[in-house]
Amino acid sequence: MEKDRKLRILIAKPGLDGHDRGARVIARAFRDAGFEVVYTGCHQTPEQIVSTAIQEDVDMVGLSILSGAHTYSFPRIMELLRENRAEDITVIGGGIFPLEDIPKLKDVGIKEIFEPGAKLQDIIGWVRENVKPREAVSL
Amino acid sequence: MGSKSCSESTLERMEKEYSEWQEEYRKALKKMPERLNRFSTVSDLEVRPLYTPLDIKDMDFFEDIGFPGMFPYTRGVQGSMYRARLWTMRMFAGLGTAEDTNRRFHYLIDHGETGLSTAFDFPTLMGYDTDSQLARGECGKCGVAIDTLEDMERLFHNINLEQVTTSMTINPPASIIWAMYIANAENRGFSRKMLGGTIQNDCLKEFIAQKTLMLPPEPSLRLVTDTVEFGTREVPRWNTISISGYHIREAGSTAVQELAFTVYDGITYVEEGIKRGLDVDDFAGRLSFFWNSHVDFFEEIAKMRAGRRLWARIMRDRFKAKNPRSMLMRFHTQTAGCSLTAQEPYNNIIRTTTEALAAILGGTQSLHTNSLDEVYMIPSEEAVLIALRTQQILAEECGVTHVIDPLAGSYFVEALTNKMEEEAAEYIRKLDELGGMVAAIERDYPQMEIADAAYHFQQQVESGEKVIIGVNKYPSERPDLEFVLRIDDSLERGQIERLVRFREKRDKVKLQKAMDELRRRCEGPPCWENNVMPALIDAVRAGATEQECCDLYREVFGTYSDPGSF
Repeated sequence: MEKDRKLRILIAKPGLDGHDRGARVIARAFRDAGFEVVYTGCHQTPEQIVSTAIQEDVDMVGLSILSGAHTYSFPRIMELLRENRAEDITVIGGGIFPLEDIPKLKDVGIKEIFEPGAKLQDIIGWVRENVKPREAVSL
Repeated sequence: MGSKSCSESTLERMEKEYSEWQEEYRKALKKMPERLNRFSTVSDLEVRPLYTPLDIKDMDFFEDIGFPGMFPYTRGVQGSMYRARLWTMRMFAGLGTAEDTNRRFHYLIDHGETGLSTAFDFPTLMGYDTDSQLARGECGKCGVAIDTLEDMERLFHNINLEQVTTSMTINPPASIIWAMYIANAENRGFSRKMLGGTIQNDCLKEFIAQKTLMLPPEPSLRLVTDTVEFGTREVPRWNTISISGYHIREAGSTAVQELAFTVYDGITYVEEGIKRGLDVDDFAGRLSFFWNSHVDFFEEIAKMRAGRRLWARIMRDRFKAKNPRSMLMRFHTQTAGCSLTAQEPYNNIIRTTTEALAAILGGTQSLHTNSLDEVYMIPSEEAVLIALRTQQILAEECGVTHVIDPLAGSYFVEALTNKMEEEAAEYIRKLDELGGMVAAIERDYPQMEIADAAYHFQQQVESGEKVIIGVNKYPSERPDLEFVLRIDDSLERGQIERLVRFREKRDKVKLQKAMDELRRRCEGPPCWENNVMPALIDAVRAGATEQECCDLYREVFGTYSDPGSF
């Protein structure tokens, strides 16, 4: 059945920081968990990320950032998803965030934020619980 | 020590008693088993319960250990080590604007820091001015924003550049930032011959680990070699490359991978310098190294000791260096950022202390100690002072600096040092087979070795095999520390306004002429007549911004982006 297909996930690193250890580890963990994973490498603009998410027809985008520039890039990515009528793609974030920023990021539509020390199994569990194949929902 | 000083009869007795002890050990385990299924370093190198002279019986004291300041330099690069001069206490600092960072520099110097180290923000690191669309949201967040020579002037205001040595963590745009540093120093009346410091300028580890990417590998190496050539001729007290394992380790490598890939990067830079026509003994003495000091105490000490010996042998045997200075692996160390935890952040002080102690016992020339809040943000004044004081306490209270290389002769430390050197040499042979580091990078070889190690470690953390206190054992929540720094987004606007005003007042004709000369040199074959450095110094004096120079590089040399493998 269509809704039983593998989840498709984009792991993306917005901004200019090159701290990609977390992104690459979670990409592998998602792949090992049976998801289809696309990882586009460091230094992606919000425009590139949204364009890849749509072209690759993903169910979820995982954003990884450690530079502090999430204050610009995360809301911008959410805005572009809405403009492209792709707001049903689940977006989560991982990395380092000032505590007071986390509610603000959730307000703009980021579904969950995973902080340093988060367990891979917890993140995978969250995805299984909260993300469904998109077509099954929207079509 | 070794067969040369251990008679056959002593060895026989030792082997016999070793077997007896093994029996004792087995008996003891029957009463109470070992705490762990397997004992291994943080890099997952298995260690045995006991080491004896048997483990180092093939070592030769003179060939393998020797004396400090003498080949093979296992015990240190200077004859006197910390009895004469302590390592340079060099805290990595950069935040907000040039003025903010200058204030931090003065704060650290006033509290006893002995060298400067500059952290640039991501747009500066990647070669973009603050008003670039790609720089949005990044200004001053992870370091200081430097777009122009004027920013550089403000950064080093009231600092005597002939007295202090300055390290600058900058890679693809290293030549430009260095040109700004030299131009600013000369404008203030200092002589370039007297300037001391370091530019990181290690492009290879960017492809391997840190991912500050701009140009493809070949032209990146050309620019690095331009700076080596220029430094050799014009700025003789400057370390032209800081060949860095730090970022390789932070990306998740093992200690052996950090050692091996970094030493191989060093081999590559030496080969490039020789290809340029330089005599190895004229430039190799200004190459320096940069290690990570991770949380596994003995492994780090062994890595640093092995590194010195390995490099000395490579310089003597592979490159036929004659000048002892060419054989010295002088290095800076930073405690491991990746070992810090957001949970119970005060525990980070303890981690940093043992990591700093390992760096000291490993014989570092310079040290940055991480602040307890560096896991959230660039450090606050409160936290950075504790980190600096950590070094000072280790240096002046604990007595660990009185005796040179005090762990030499430890059966375990010597055996682990040998193991590090042997396993690194194995990687070096593999990299030679692959056709060198550039070829290996193009095949994604070091990148994937690191990714494998990082994933393996994470799985060991998940299973609890590797313990992180406060995270997977005694788990705890992240607290809200009131002193954590916050860089305001409004800073970006101020820096952009300053940049726009700067651009307006430049002499356009003079600038164009300087940029034309820079382009001519970039387009020409690599040689002293086409060395970019003199042209860059003129260009930044004429008002070229960092990005304008980098854009020219990108136009002439092409760009490189992360292949995104995992």
